[in-house]
Amino acid sequence: MDDNGTDTHCPYCSLQCGMRVAVAPGGGAEVRERPAYPVNRGVLCGKGRSAAEVLRPEARLTTPLVRDGRGGNLRPASWREALDVAARGLADVRARYGPDAVGVFGGGGLTNEKAYQLGKFARVVLGTANIDYNGRFCMASAATAHRRAFGLDRGLPFPLADIARTGCLVLVGANPAETMPPAVRHLRELRERGGTLIVVDPRRTATAELADLHLRARPGSDLALALGLLHLVIADGNVDGEFVAARTTGYEEARAAAMAHWPERVERLTGVSVSELADAARMFGEAGTGMVLTARGAEQHSKGTDTVGAWIDLCLATGNAGRPYSGCATLTGQGNGQGGREHGQKADQLPGYRDLDDPAARAHVAAVWGVDPGALPVAGRSAYELLGTLGLDGGAHALLVMGSNPVVSAPRAAHVTERLGALDLLVVSDVVLSETARLADVVLPAAQWAEETGTTTNLEGRVILRQRALDPPEGVRTDLAILRALAAALGRPDGFPYDPEAVFDELRRASAGGPADYAGISHRRLRGGEGVFWPCPDEAHPGTPRLFLDRFAHPDGRARFAAVTHRPAGEEPDAEYPVYLTTGRVTAQYQSGAQTRRVPALNAAAPGPFVQLHPRLARRLGVVDGEPLAVTSRRGRAVAPARVSEAIRQDTVFMPFHWPGEGRANTVTNPALDPASGMPEFKLCAVRVERAGEASPAAASGAGAAR
Amino acid sequence: MKGPRVAVVGAGMAAARFAERYGAFGGAGTVTLYGAEAHRPYNRVLLADVLAGRFAPRDIALPPGAARVRTGAEVVRLDPAARTLALADGSVHGWDSLVLATGANPVLPPIRGVRLPGGAGLAGGVHVLRTLDDCAALARGVAAARRAVIVGGGVLGVSAARALASLGVAVEIVHQGPHLVERHLDADAAAVLARGLARLGVVSYPGSRARAVRCGKDGEGDGDGDGRGGEDRVSAVELACGPGLSCDLVVLACGARPRTALAYAAGLGVRRGITVDDALATSAPGVYAIGDCAEHDRVLHGLAAPAWEQADVLAARLSGARPAARYRGSRAPARLAAGPLQYAAFGEVDEQADPGLDALRLVDATRDSYRKVLMRGDRLAGAVLVGDMTAVDAIAEAFGRRGDPAADDPHHLLVPG
Repeated sequence: MDDNGTDTHCPYCSLQCGMRVAVAPGGGAEVRERPAYPVNRGVLCGKGRSAAEVLRPEARLTTPLVRDGRGGNLRPASWREALDVAARGLADVRARYGPDAVGVFGGGGLTNEKAYQLGKFARVVLGTANIDYNGRFCMASAATAHRRAFGLDRGLPFPLADIARTGCLVLVGANPAETMPPAVRHLRELRERGGTLIVVDPRRTATAELADLHLRARPGSDLALALGLLHLVIADGNVDGEFVAARTTGYEEARAAAMAHWPERVERLTGVSVSELADAARMFGEAGTGMVLTARGAEQHSKGTDTVGAWIDLCLATGNAGRPYSGCATLTGQGNGQGGREHGQKADQLPGYRDLDDPAARAHVAAVWGVDPGALPVAGRSAYELLGTLGLDGGAHALLVMGSNPVVSAPRAAHVTERLGALDLLVVSDVVLSETARLADVVLPAAQWAEETGTTTNLEGRVILRQRALDPPEGVRTDLAILRALAAALGRPDGFPYDPEAVFDELRRASAGGPADYAGISHRRLRGGEGVFWPCPDEAHPGTPRLFLDRFAHPDGRARFAAVTHRPAGEEPDAEYPVYLTTGRVTAQYQSGAQTRRVPALNAAAPGPFVQLHPRLARRLGVVDGEPLAVTSRRGRAVAPARVSEAIRQDTVFMPFHWPGEGRANTVTNPALDPASGMPEFKLCAVRVERAGEASPAAASGAGAAR
Repeated sequence: MKGPRVAVVGAGMAAARFAERYGAFGGAGTVTLYGAEAHRPYNRVLLADVLAGRFAPRDIALPPGAARVRTGAEVVRLDPAARTLALADGSVHGWDSLVLATGANPVLPPIRGVRLPGGAGLAGGVHVLRTLDDCAALARGVAAARRAVIVGGGVLGVSAARALASLGVAVEIVHQGPHLVERHLDADAAAVLARGLARLGVVSYPGSRARAVRCGKDGEGDGDGDGRGGEDRVSAVELACGPGLSCDLVVLACGARPRTALAYAAGLGVRRGITVDDALATSAPGVYAIGDCAEHDRVLHGLAAPAWEQADVLAARLSGARPAARYRGSRAPARLAAGPLQYAAFGEVDEQADPGLDALRLVDATRDSYRKVLMRGDRLAGAVLVGDMTAVDAIAEAFGRRGDPAADDPHHLLVPG
């Protein structure tokens, strides 16, 4: 480390802004600008600027904790004792119920090295099929749709800076102005260059404020909206027939699907008027080049995969894919949301984005791991299916959680919390005492981003290096060291190095020849650079900033249209639960808040949950701004202050999901799963809204109550 | 053959939707659509757009899921007891469940001269617009036409008028009712619509009855001389009130009548349509009816949206996805969105007909927009929008909250913000 600190990247979202971390003059760490890094050019949001706060000893765990028996308290313990309790517990459960009874739950914030090692640990040491991660709650629907359409899933198949150069950008259920503020400069630049911006969101968000056209679609209607736009693009004669013929298959089925979504019908399904639909279709269809970026608002649905597929169809029909400054992409959420899904902590995947059920993929990875391909487990349960069956017959009875806080972030969170309580053993490795760690039998304090080296892959598919800038405090170990120790205790002393570079070199071999090929990327190459876009099959390869320019990744080189149809959400409003609830984020908090809720400046900016609702709904309910509101679904009840705002539809309320306790939005959400991706339906469920004071089972439904 | 055999009589919109949903719901049976037309299922709502050239005919195909589609297969007889149906070619096919989606026929008004002598079809230059074949014939007629008269000023007449006007044809609408689209619009709303039509060059004559269609030899009259001289072809429409409107094309848009003959002959309960209950079941076990041919709760909808709601319910039931699903009627608005011609009508639209209704109206003559909400006490009973559609979402939302007091100043429904 020099006086200027060490080049590294932010611990939070998928933008992975470049920053420098230095030792502050008064001790402790501080975050500084790193203007040369192209993605954010030095700009950081409040979370990034204050990221060093979580490194303070007061904010974090610095010693292992062990619970003395059921109902006992968590107490400080030595590493030896904590690892011993954990390893013995895992071995006991495996012996008693079989290997699949030991579950592993990872996170999209883990580095590539950790994600890889966690997957290997699960498959090789534990021998379990049941490993999944919180990325299933994040972008699984987009990943599935992109793989179906393009044969490959990389969040953005182009550099982020390209979006400023497209003719028309459509953001669907994406709110980067709030979730990744440094990215907004690309939107501004787009407008300055004469491009147009269309934002699809049931709320007039900070991002929608920037738009030329804001389509305030009803929650759960993005699929119908995309098909309606495709319909109009066809009617307007803006289909690129040459592109469709040369580079795609399945157009006729997609066209038929669009014919089932004519404008008047789509208006009825979406709440977006025919004239706005026509404006949007013309804007996009006549822009020359166009991009669609989806995010959680479009994806976190029981029809998320089909929804993304329909937006891809719109791009394919207009020739906006596999060409410069055009394409359909997803804005990944978590810091390593992209890399985290590529290297084997997903129930159905092996490193290099290989399919677990592909015999060649199994053989390749098994050879790298030095095991028999037949010994690798088959695909296990998706995240909610894993969490929702903990402690039940056939479910997992022990769970190792690394870098995730499902007590706050899982759908139907009260049920998940109850299931966690039914485990024989819960082991949590985390940097802070999260709500999930509080339930654990063993808590293992892990080192943080600035204290260990590792790679992440940002939303562009750019593999970057976070460099160790500081020493971790005493009492803290890296996740790689923890996995090594557990593997050794469970009889695998070899194959689990704690040196991240050694792990990465093995990951390179495991990924070689796979869809996400990292073989040509090395820590050495990343050091001091701007990152390398995968695939990068050898050291001489420059990396691949833009995918699909010549061909899509299916064997025939063609992209696939998806023939999809609008369908209702897992739960639609009815007389008893008449209002839509949608959930989302605020700028100053991140995910379950486990890190950001420990930063005073961020808590000052966003102190707690709230229920955003339209003034007219508020009037119907007799509610004033700031008054506690109860939001009740078939799964539970959350209470938070009303925030009355015209920025939301009258039929919808919004809650951010970053907080535990009474205001936990996920107490209410619906775990209806997308059949293709396993994504739960965070973005919409049916609720009753009432003043918390007078809420009773007999109270009238949310609409029409007390005036 | 695996699973039950589900036979669908008809391959129109309701049939296609049923077939697509049955597959999507995971139905285990084999669905066969028997369609009399030569085309696979297509979206009838878009025929005016096909006529106007916005879509090629093949572009409006609808997805029928995994169903087997038999085109040109006219069903001529049903036997509910034997669970068979017979085709015009004499073949007989068995089924386990039968779905009647026979649709409706265009109503031919009692106007002298619209039919060829002996009832062998329509007079030359006289068209209906119900099928793709009708559309193709009309498109051929339009190519040689300069002046068209549309008989009937309902939603089909208005959209056909717009399509013909966009093709450069001078269009006049003869409408027997007191004003255009009287089923959905009140007089003031219809007046706004008529002004919108006038701007497209379409003249409308409400309160007028066409008495006769006059024909002349082709090539006479305005002498387009296309070389097909000698064929009888329409030259004018005579009105009951006296004047004749000279024209070379007539489109009959006088509504549609449910096609019930098959069901009636098979002994099923038929009133105006084939009567069905909330399960879409007819009077015969295992036989169902959906779409324009079905009469539910004494209502014939005749619109695509209710037909699809019925298809969805029946598909949910027969596929086993939701065996107890029920159809409780539709509250879909009547909606026209043809370029500048826009209207939406929800629920009850005429306060003159019901003293219990209070109307609140907002008329903007400068923008040719008309908005009205009808309240019954504090409940929203209906609404009409013409021209400006910015309130359509707010009204749909309020209207969707069945029976719930609007609990709101109805002004807000007219001016959402």
